[in-house]
Parts: sequence; C-alpha cells; structure tokens
Amino acid sequence: MKFAIVVNEGPYTHQASDSAYHFARAALEGGHAIYRVFFYHDGVHNGTRLASPPQDERDVVNRWSKLAAEHDIDLVVCVAAAQRRGIVDAAEKKRHAKDADNIAPGFRISGLGQLIEAGIRADRLMAFGD
Amino acid sequence: MTDEATAAPPGAVKKFMYINRRAPHGGNYAQEGLEVALIGAAFDQEVSLAFIDDGVFQLKTGQDTAAAGLKNFTAAFAALGDYEVKRIYVEAESLARRGLTADDLMPLMYEDEDDDYAEKPLIEIIGKDALADLIERQDVLLNF
Amino acid sequence: MLLHTVNKSPFEKNSLDTCLRLSAPGSCILLIEDGVYAALAGGAFAAQLQDGMRARKLYAIDADLQARGLDPAGLIDGVEVIDYRGFVELATRCDQVQSWF
Repeated sequence: MKFAIVVNEGPYTHQASDSAYHFARAALEGGHAIYRVFFYHDGVHNGTRLASPPQDERDVVNRWSKLAAEHDIDLVVCVAAAQRRGIVDAAEKKRHAKDADNIAPGFRISGLGQLIEAGIRADRLMAFGD
Repeated sequence: MTDEATAAPPGAVKKFMYINRRAPHGGNYAQEGLEVALIGAAFDQEVSLAFIDDGVFQLKTGQDTAAAGLKNFTAAFAALGDYEVKRIYVEAESLARRGLTADDLMPLMYEDEDDDYAEKPLIEIIGKDALADLIERQDVLLNF
Repeated sequence: MLLHTVNKSPFEKNSLDTCLRLSAPGSCILLIEDGVYAALAGGAFAAQLQDGMRARKLYAIDADLQARGLDPAGLIDGVEVIDYRGFVELATRCDQVQSWF
C-alpha cells in the first residue's frame, strides 16, 4: 500500500514529527511504500540542516534525511510556508537574493500541488500535527 | 510558486474534504488551509470544505484585521465559488454552541454551471450525524 | 470505515469530544501522543469514552503510554494497546484516516 504523510509541526516543540517518523518507519518495515512526506505549516522547520540538537537527543532533521537516503523517499517542503519561515534551497536563495540557504539533504522545496497530488496518488494520507 | 501546474493523474477523481477547526487569526493554520483549498482547485477533484468547532469563526461576517495588523485572508472565501468548490458545510452544533446563526456567516455564493449559471448559496449548515456520514464517504481528508 | 486518530489530551482540547461527535458508528479511534490520557480509568473522560466505545473500537499506542508512565492496567476496559506496526496495519484495514489535532 502507498502512504502519503503530512507533517504540520516543526521538530521538538510538538511530537508530530516524531510520530510521523515512527509511522513511516513502521510502514516501510511492513513492506509498504511512502509516496511522499509533505512538510507544511511549521512542519517546514523539519527541513533545516542548521539545527544542532544536544548529543543525547534524537536528531529529528537528520533522521528524516537518513530515511530518505535509505529508502529513496520524497521529502517535500511547501514553498509558500517555507518562504514565510525562512527555509531556503539554492534556487530560493537566488530567487529572493538571500545570503544563504539551509535546506537539509534529501529535502526539496516545491508547491502545495505536491500535497494534493500525493492525496490523489497515495492509498492513504496520514496527517500529523498539533 | 513552483510547479503548481502539476496535472492530476488521468481518470483519478477523489473526494477531498478540507476540515477547518481553528479560529482564523490567532494561528496560521486557517490561512494556510485556505491556500491548500485554492491550489487544490486546479486538480479537478471533488472538493468540499467543512467548518467545525472554532473553524466556524473563519466565516464570520465583518472581520477587519487592519488594526491588528494582520492580513485579512478570509476575504478570499468569497472567491471559493470560482474555484470549483461546490459545498461548504458548517456544523450546526458548533455554530449553536458559539451563539452564532446563519446570519452571522458570510453570504458565499457560486454559479451553478449545470443550472444556467444560477447563483446559489455555497454554505450548507448540517447536523453532526449528517456531517459524520459525509466525512465517512471522503477519499482524502485534510485538517487545518 | 474510517480510522480516527486523536493526539490531544481531552483535559486541554476538545479534539476527542469532536472525534466522538463526528465519527460514524463502527469507526476505529486510535489515541496517540497526549491523546492517550483520555483512556485513564479514573479520569473525567472515562465515561464519555466508554459510551463512545459501545459503537466504536478504541486503540492506544504503547510507546506513548509508556512515555507518560501509564500502565495499560489503569486504562478503561476494552482499549487495545498496539505498537506502530499495529497503527500501520489499522490504517491499511480502514478506508481512510482522519486526524483530529
């Protein structure tokens, strides 16, 4: 079965990203596919590579990046939500003449259409938020 | 915005319902929820919106955000009828609990292309059991 | 038949109340994160939840119970405790999933 996952909250402030990650892991272990993980609202903060959590804590961002690398999962950060909150990739950096980008490995920035399309393509849409 | 024009897969029409349960201005969920509904219209799916709990406050008439310094995104609700949204459901119990009636809600309309473009009200106030039944029959549920 | 998830404590937010009001009979309800507090046998929501369970099946995530120091023995009768594998299995078995935040 194909799952799509929406993450509506950033790391650490809420458990949403953790729950989404554990669900994704369990789905993959169960032989299912993750069609896409879409990060919306404050969820876009999951996509910054500049976070440095303490050594004895889970690394929420890195965990998503690793999962994407290991299982070839499409991690999409909503462009409109990202622009508001300062999550930037190389193209966005150029477009808005910023002095840096901060997108984490495995993530890409794209439009809200990717969320709708995931809803159409996937068998189940799982939302994790606050 | 990038790649918004992604076409829907051929033949796939799903029932999308956007469930709105937040008041409009104290948080950003409501505004970004409406953005999804507007973008979603380009995908030729069967789209409805439901307003439940504090979400009913999003449709309140007379919202003026100027003094608060916020964007009044709720003005865009008037455009929903042009975006292929045919139904906005408001839960009767949520409305009554907040001391509101149909008269407190924006008079949103759409033109019915199957009925000589007659102007029809977009908002339907329905009871909890009918709404539960509708939710049960959706293919995709998105919450804001 | 839908799977409804609730991730908020009923002592803080109305998500559980709305879920019970708007979930059709026959639905499955899964308590995750702070949602698990609703199932405390001695808690103020036990009666409402048990009433809702006459027509619905109730589940709770084990990891979220453990994290909060809640022993399954202290929950209302009839709650099935599952892990994330069970969550995935429940999501595949139900037609769609509705998340009440």
